[in-house]
Amino acid sequence: MLRGLLRWVDDRLGGARFGTSVLRRIFPDHWSFMLGEVALYCLVVLIATGVYLTFFFEPSVREVVYDGPYEPLDGVTMSAAYRSALEISFEVRAGLVMRQMHHWAALLFMASIVVHLARVFFTGAFRRPRELNWVIGVTLLVLAMFNGFLGYSLLDDLLSGTGLRVANAILLSIPVLGPDLAFGFFGGEFPADAMIPRFYVLHVLVLPALIVALLSAHLAMVWRQKHTQFRGPGRTEDNVVGSRLWPSYAAKSVGLFFIVTAVIAALGGLAQINPVWIYGPFRSELAAAAVTSASQPDWYMGWLDGALRLMPGWEIRVRGFVVPNPFFPGVLLPGVVFTLLYLWPFLEARVTRDHEAHHLLDRPRDAPVRTALGTAAFSFFAVLFVAGSNDVLAGSFEVAPETLTRVFRVAVVGVPVVAFLVTRKLCRDLQGPPERPPARPARHRVVRRPDGGFEVLDEEPRDEGVVVPP
Amino acid sequence: MSRAVTRIAAMLVVSTLAGLGLGVVYVLGGQPQWEGALLAVSLGGIGLALVLWAKALFGEAEEVGERTVLPSEPEPRAEFVTTLERGGEVFARRHVLVRLLAAAGGALGLAALFPLRSLGPPARRQLFHTAWRPGSRLVTEAGEPIRVDQLPVGGILTVFPEGRVDADDSATLLIRVEPGALRPRPGREEWSPDGNVAYSKLCTHVGCPVGLYRETTHELLCPCHQSTFDVLDGARPVFGPATRSLPQLPLAVDRDGYLVAVDDFPDPVGPGFWNMGR
Repeated sequence: MLRGLLRWVDDRLGGARFGTSVLRRIFPDHWSFMLGEVALYCLVVLIATGVYLTFFFEPSVREVVYDGPYEPLDGVTMSAAYRSALEISFEVRAGLVMRQMHHWAALLFMASIVVHLARVFFTGAFRRPRELNWVIGVTLLVLAMFNGFLGYSLLDDLLSGTGLRVANAILLSIPVLGPDLAFGFFGGEFPADAMIPRFYVLHVLVLPALIVALLSAHLAMVWRQKHTQFRGPGRTEDNVVGSRLWPSYAAKSVGLFFIVTAVIAALGGLAQINPVWIYGPFRSELAAAAVTSASQPDWYMGWLDGALRLMPGWEIRVRGFVVPNPFFPGVLLPGVVFTLLYLWPFLEARVTRDHEAHHLLDRPRDAPVRTALGTAAFSFFAVLFVAGSNDVLAGSFEVAPETLTRVFRVAVVGVPVVAFLVTRKLCRDLQGPPERPPARPARHRVVRRPDGGFEVLDEEPRDEGVVVPP
Repeated sequence: MSRAVTRIAAMLVVSTLAGLGLGVVYVLGGQPQWEGALLAVSLGGIGLALVLWAKALFGEAEEVGERTVLPSEPEPRAEFVTTLERGGEVFARRHVLVRLLAAAGGALGLAALFPLRSLGPPARRQLFHTAWRPGSRLVTEAGEPIRVDQLPVGGILTVFPEGRVDADDSATLLIRVEPGALRPRPGREEWSPDGNVAYSKLCTHVGCPVGLYRETTHELLCPCHQSTFDVLDGARPVFGPATRSLPQLPLAVDRDGYLVAVDDFPDPVGPGFWNMGR
């Protein structure tokens, strides 16, 4: 049956030789090489659950009055978008699980991309010949971030509305083009009616198409260049050591897909995420007087929110022209961060004058400065991320938010410096002494002479192997 | 049967049961926690079984494969370049046509920019104005006007221009303080009848609603990024990233004793933009 089918296809398309090479392909085994796969599988779950949600979601700001089963909002005016989110949560069977799986999958997607990026960075996997794939990977990170933000903004709840306000202010802050960019993006002065349907198309069509296209290129390049591997016995720059695609790697990889999906399903069913019915609708008489408290974005936007909070009250004013405060943390900072990220492989090659191809990975300690810079960068983002919830922290620790903000302003500069110095020292210590250990004392061979005496031959200082007495 | 086989079999049986259970839960009307948990067990059983199967039973040793040389040989590379260039020369021979093609393409590109303009109206003066007009009554979100003595000292209320409760940029905070406590800016001495003072509710940082009022210190706090404004001192920013005072709405009392706006805000409300001072 299978053979017949294969013959039928091969008669028409050929490619048996290629098929064999695919099945026999070797993939290096290491747990950290699966992080990118986790991201891929999160994307699969995102697309599957996302398609399901589109069947029920209504991307419209048309005003409606709620009369569904969620009683606290009974009779409240809201947008059709928000109402359909409530319907998915309370009326569509399995709708809430799908919605929550979608959101959790997005959070895990971003997390696995970031951890995958860290793995690639700290092991030097971005070096020649993989610079181009690094660039594609960073682009995927940016696109995923935007699409996540658009996704949770679609529901038109009070929290996401606040997020969009911030986005509006950041666009507005761009010199000269700002107001036109903001009006063009939102379809008029914020909050314009066009924004929900517009974001919907971007979220379900434009950005996913770009992500899938770039991801295909990303994987094709991995296929073409073959995966990197760690140093070890029998591993060289010219070979690939690992397990075959069929059946070992395929079984493990498909198994991983099921496990990732299972984790997302467990989270989606058991861990509440983004309960928009508690936040209330954005467009409503309720929202007008609502006191928005502790508003936090999804985790991957947290560093930007923290940066907005830590920025001191400075801006540039010249003759009535302004470079407003949010420009610096909201446009300049991410601009610099992503430019450095994109250029990293090229910068490092230039500084280290290492333009060779590398298929064997560094251990992080092998490149102390790179590892220290990476750690410093991650600690910088960590401080910003924590600062993004300074009001919650202030409440929990009963400190004035002002005090915390001042502490974080110092920490955001100090912690990365300390992280850099400590990491570099640790790496150098782990490497051991820079030179080879002193040569072992010369060995002497003791030979018995025929006359019964002994003779010491001290001609051969040996530096390897065990001396076996004759 | 080895232990691994028993365990894999158990996982697959549990997964099958969970899958069937999922169907039952769905038919019975659905329940999010059960759906998530059973789906997780059903998927996780298959996943763990596959991984264990591969690890315990395939018995495959590590294999070594060759790494292909990525760069092409010099010869095919040169051949590609010459083929490409030869094709280009066929075009380049016709100088005039190449330039005309460039002109046509440029014009088309330029024309393609115009639909971008349709994405949003040009930002002209909208950002400088709100829905407040001279004489607009202050109303609550329910549309009720407010008498000058209605709010107690220390009270705070979100108000809108009458008839424009929907206007996002016009949301305004009305606060009542002891009349002598205010330190009005020069020329604004008459803007706060009987200690009723009104400021834009949109934070001048990124436009979040400034919702929290600390009555003891007379400070307004933005919940988004903790910008803090001194109500007694013209809503001047005293902490946080905000750089500009909340614009103040000039108030008066009409013949019937209701609070009205004398005019629109003197400055643009909400987040800053490059030409806001022009």
